[in-house]
Amino acid sequence: MATLRDVKCGETVRVLKIRGEGAVKRRIMDMGITKNTEVYVRKVAPLGDPVEVTVRGYELSLRKADAEMIEVQH
Amino acid sequence: MKIKIALAGNPNSGKTTLFNALTGSNQFVGNWPGVTVEKKEGKIKGYTAKGDEAILVDLPGIYSLSPYTLEEVVSRNFLLGEKPDAIINIIDGTNLERNLYLTTQLTELGIPVIIAVNMMDLVKKNGEELNVERLAKDTGCKVVEISALKGEGIDQLAQRAVSMARSGKKSQPAHSFEGCVEHAIAHIEEAISGKVDQSMERWYAVKLFERDEKVRESLKLDKALLDHIEADIVNCENEMDDDAESIITGERYNYIGSIIEDCYKKRVKKQMSASDKIDRIVTNRFLALPIFAVVMFIVYYVSVTTVGTLLTDWTNDTLFGEWIIPSAQSALESIDCAPWLTGLLVDGIISGVGAVLGFVPQMLVLFIFLAFLEGCGYMARIAFIMDRIFRKFGLSGKSFIPMLIGTGCGVPGVMASRTIENDRDRKMTIMTTTFIPCGAKLPIIALIAGALFDGAAWVAPSAYFVGIAAIICSGIILKKTKMFAGDPAPFVMELPAYHLPTVGNVLRSMWERGWSFIKKAGTIILLSTIFVWFAQGFGFENGSFGMVEDMENSILAAIGSAIAWIFAPLGWGEWKSAVAAITGLVAKENVVGTFGILYGFGEVAEDGAEIWGTLAGSMTAVAAYSFLVFNLLCAPCFAAMGAIRREMNNAKWFWFAIGYQTLLAYVVSLCVYQIGTLLTAGTFGIWTAAAFVLVIGFLYLLFRPYRESQNLTVPKSIAGKVRA
Repeated sequence: MATLRDVKCGETVRVLKIRGEGAVKRRIMDMGITKNTEVYVRKVAPLGDPVEVTVRGYELSLRKADAEMIEVQH
Repeated sequence: MKIKIALAGNPNSGKTTLFNALTGSNQFVGNWPGVTVEKKEGKIKGYTAKGDEAILVDLPGIYSLSPYTLEEVVSRNFLLGEKPDAIINIIDGTNLERNLYLTTQLTELGIPVIIAVNMMDLVKKNGEELNVERLAKDTGCKVVEISALKGEGIDQLAQRAVSMARSGKKSQPAHSFEGCVEHAIAHIEEAISGKVDQSMERWYAVKLFERDEKVRESLKLDKALLDHIEADIVNCENEMDDDAESIITGERYNYIGSIIEDCYKKRVKKQMSASDKIDRIVTNRFLALPIFAVVMFIVYYVSVTTVGTLLTDWTNDTLFGEWIIPSAQSALESIDCAPWLTGLLVDGIISGVGAVLGFVPQMLVLFIFLAFLEGCGYMARIAFIMDRIFRKFGLSGKSFIPMLIGTGCGVPGVMASRTIENDRDRKMTIMTTTFIPCGAKLPIIALIAGALFDGAAWVAPSAYFVGIAAIICSGIILKKTKMFAGDPAPFVMELPAYHLPTVGNVLRSMWERGWSFIKKAGTIILLSTIFVWFAQGFGFENGSFGMVEDMENSILAAIGSAIAWIFAPLGWGEWKSAVAAITGLVAKENVVGTFGILYGFGEVAEDGAEIWGTLAGSMTAVAAYSFLVFNLLCAPCFAAMGAIRREMNNAKWFWFAIGYQTLLAYVVSLCVYQIGTLLTAGTFGIWTAAAFVLVIGFLYLLFRPYRESQNLTVPKSIAGKVRA
């Protein structure tokens, strides 16, 4: 299953499911990454982590380890 | 009638600007009980008459009312526990979708909500349209268009909010979720009916559906009822093929999607905004780090090296050194004041106050930079750029600034930690920032390098290396301890659009931070300085107690002799070194001066060149290096301790920080001296064995495995307040 971590810069994907539980998962959902949301991967930080994505019209940054919790479809 | 209104909204929605516009100068800044989250209150302009005032409480900037972050829990407790008469919910008109997410939660609380749509001028400028009437109808709230920055719509907002609060008319959530979710929630509402305030039934029902632990605990429902509720939830989860929390968040965003469709007209083709263009350069893969270095250089150069030092030196040397102190001295002498009283007033109190105020100008310059960096949106990018390095040590990317400033002076360095939102990262940064050698520690380094190491070039860099190593090791060790492992640190962070902050906001932020330092830190510094002054100047001489001529007869010398044995395993158990270390608490550069006095040289140069010979005769090189390490790492000067006390806002955490620093300093110095002596002189004793045990213990703490917790531990002082 592809996760947000595997998505290349400049690609747009659709969220299928968010794995895990607890604070990080809730935070990801609160910030607007929910089922069926479109996420555009904008860039990777200069040191290779975290990543910056566009979701619901604003910029969000999250770590690759957390992006791995988000299952996506191209 | 006295009324209370809460101001709630996302971070970066213009909440602070609106708060300032609504309350003007009638503000009170404090902290939420038991936590380091800042709390602001003020009276709304035009409603300040006694007995008829409208108090506005600024809630922390939050995205949701989940139970996972301190800010959210604090806001929830306030809304549920103190039930304000109304909520002003500020939302960013240019980012409706995410901002309305909080609105959907606020409207469930059974408190009247008025929505203030901010940045309407920008919305219009972007060629987009927002139908306010429809938004009001869709959300079930009153809606006012404002521009907090330009002050448009503020009076209207204040009027409507106050009249709504006075009428006490509750707002009804207009939204409904998917059929089976509503079904389950209705069941839960029925089950808890009578146990909570009727107007809040929906909020509690939704939270119980989400299996919110904090709400479950606070309601103390019996097991049969919980099982009954659980069955409803599981039914719904099976039907929707998702977990309860995801269902609710998903439903909220679906509902928001329908609102947006109804009342918002986006421009068809989105152009690249100015903010996007800036961001493309500033966080560019190759340019980001050089740009970051340049920004940091400017901040450091201006606030520490040039303007800051200029102002500090002027305050210390000219304002206090040449004007206030000499004139106070001569004024007191002219009225024949007793020498001890003159001493107390001039050397104790005025110098003590001067020691506090001397830091203020430099700090204010730094705070202007910080407010600007935060306000324009670059601070969030710093966290983005530096996160990868710092999170390994349990710190935030934003910890870079406190540490950088700490190389100049630890006091503003510690104060700069306030820009870090995450509580754990902030505490960790406060505890470790003063490990970096600050400007006042340089004379000690120069003294030891000159006296014992022939001015070897490696001594100064090694001091910085020790400081950085102490930060890294402390970060790793502390994040594995119970005190820190409790709180998760999700790094899911908004990168707000760039915009120029207003001069008013920058200056206000600068002043609030500066003033809080003067107030809180002032007392501790003043009292400690007076104590050391007293201990240094008084004692038994010629059989009677009084002011002493010779420092060797002072109370301080007695204290130094009494505690010198503690430092014997570190290689410098002589009382003079102990006394020097104590006076270093007033200001680190005093260490050199104290040696000068105690070795009978009186005034010495900044690096103490006169006493190099004497010092070299009284200590071995290894002992001197151990002395250096101890003074670099141990509790910082009183001013920095005051800043730590202020930022921790909690006595327990303050003593933990100071205790940890001193313990670490002791352990490292002990190991340096004992193992160093073993290598250079080949002596092996019981303390050498102890040093090896400590090294092994240290390595264990450093490398032991640990797992990051997922649950927020809320301080007991606020946890108990979550109830209906």
